[in-house]
Amino acid sequence: MEGLNFIGAGLAAIGSGAAAIGVGNVAGNFLAGALRNPSAAASQTATLFIGIAFAEALGIFSFLVSLLLMFAV
Amino acid sequence: MATETHGAEPVAESGGLVFHPMDQFIVKPLFGHGEVGMFTITNVTLWLFLAIVAVVLMMVLGTSKRAIVPSRSQSVAELAYGFVYKMVEDVTGKDGLKYFPYIMTLFMFIVFANFLGLLPMSFTTTSHFAVTVVLALAVFLTVTILGFVKNGASFLGLFWVSSAPLALRPVLALIELISYFVRPVSHSIRLAGNVMAGHAVIKVFAGFAAIAAISPISVLAITAMYGLEVLVAFIQAYVFTILTCVYLKDALHPHH
Repeated sequence: MEGLNFIGAGLAAIGSGAAAIGVGNVAGNFLAGALRNPSAAASQTATLFIGIAFAEALGIFSFLVSLLLMFAV
Repeated sequence: MATETHGAEPVAESGGLVFHPMDQFIVKPLFGHGEVGMFTITNVTLWLFLAIVAVVLMMVLGTSKRAIVPSRSQSVAELAYGFVYKMVEDVTGKDGLKYFPYIMTLFMFIVFANFLGLLPMSFTTTSHFAVTVVLALAVFLTVTILGFVKNGASFLGLFWVSSAPLALRPVLALIELISYFVRPVSHSIRLAGNVMAGHAVIKVFAGFAAIAAISPISVLAITAMYGLEVLVAFIQAYVFTILTCVYLKDALHPHH
C-alpha cells in the first residue's frame, strides 16, 4: 500500500481544475454582464472579486488536501 | 511540513531538480542552528518585522510632511489610504468606517508581506498557515464579539433566513452555521494557499532551468509566473480585506 498517498494527491489536484472552471465562469459572466451595461460594471468589481475568492477557496482546499497527502500522511 | 528538511537529494544525472520546491518555506533560526522554540528569532520573525518597518516607513515617513502638493511617497500613501477607505465605505457602509483603522492595518500588512516575499532569496511569511490563521482568527473573533455586543441575541438572526419558507429555515440555519464557522478556515487558507502555490510553482520551473534543452522555456515560464504572482500578491491582500469588510457588515447588520 506504499505510495497510494501520491495517487490520492494527484486525484485531489483534479479539484484545482474544477476551481479553474468555476473562476472562469464567474469572470466570464461578469464580463458578459459588464459589456451589456458598462456603466454598472465599476460598482460590481468588489462582488466579482468576492465571487472569485469563494470559487477559488474550494480549489485551494483540494490543493491543501494534496499537500497533506504528500507531506503529512 | 515547515520544519521538515528536504534538500538532501543528490544532483540528478541529467541536471534537473536538485532542490525541493518546498524548501523555501522551511523555518530556520536566524542565529545559530538550534531548535525552533516558542521565542526563537527565526527568518519568519525577521520578514514579519521587515513588513511592519516597510509599512511604517511608507505611511508615517511618507505622509510626515503633509505637503499640499504631495511627493511621490506621499501620493502612494494617500492612494492606499483612499483605496481602503472607499472599499470599507462601499461594502460596510458609513457605520463601518469606525473600524477602518483595523482594516487598513490588515491590508497594508498583508500587501507588504506578500510583496516582500516576492524578492529573490526572501522568505514569504504569508505562505505559512501559522501567520494567516492568526490574522483570520483575529478577524473572526473580532467580528463575532462585535456582532454580539452591537446586536445582542438578535445577532443570531444571521443564521435564521427569514425570507425562506418556514419549513426550510432550520436546514438553512444549519448550513449558515456551518458556513459561518468555516469562514476563518477558508479566509486563512485562501491567502496562504495562493501564495504558497505560486512560490512553489516558480521553484518547480527553476528546477527545470538546470536542464539545458528546456531552460529557455523554463526562464520564460518563471518570468510569466512571477508577473502573475505580483498580481496575486495584491489581489489576495485585496480579497482578504474585502472579505473582512463583508464579515464586518454581517456583524453590524445581521438580518437577511
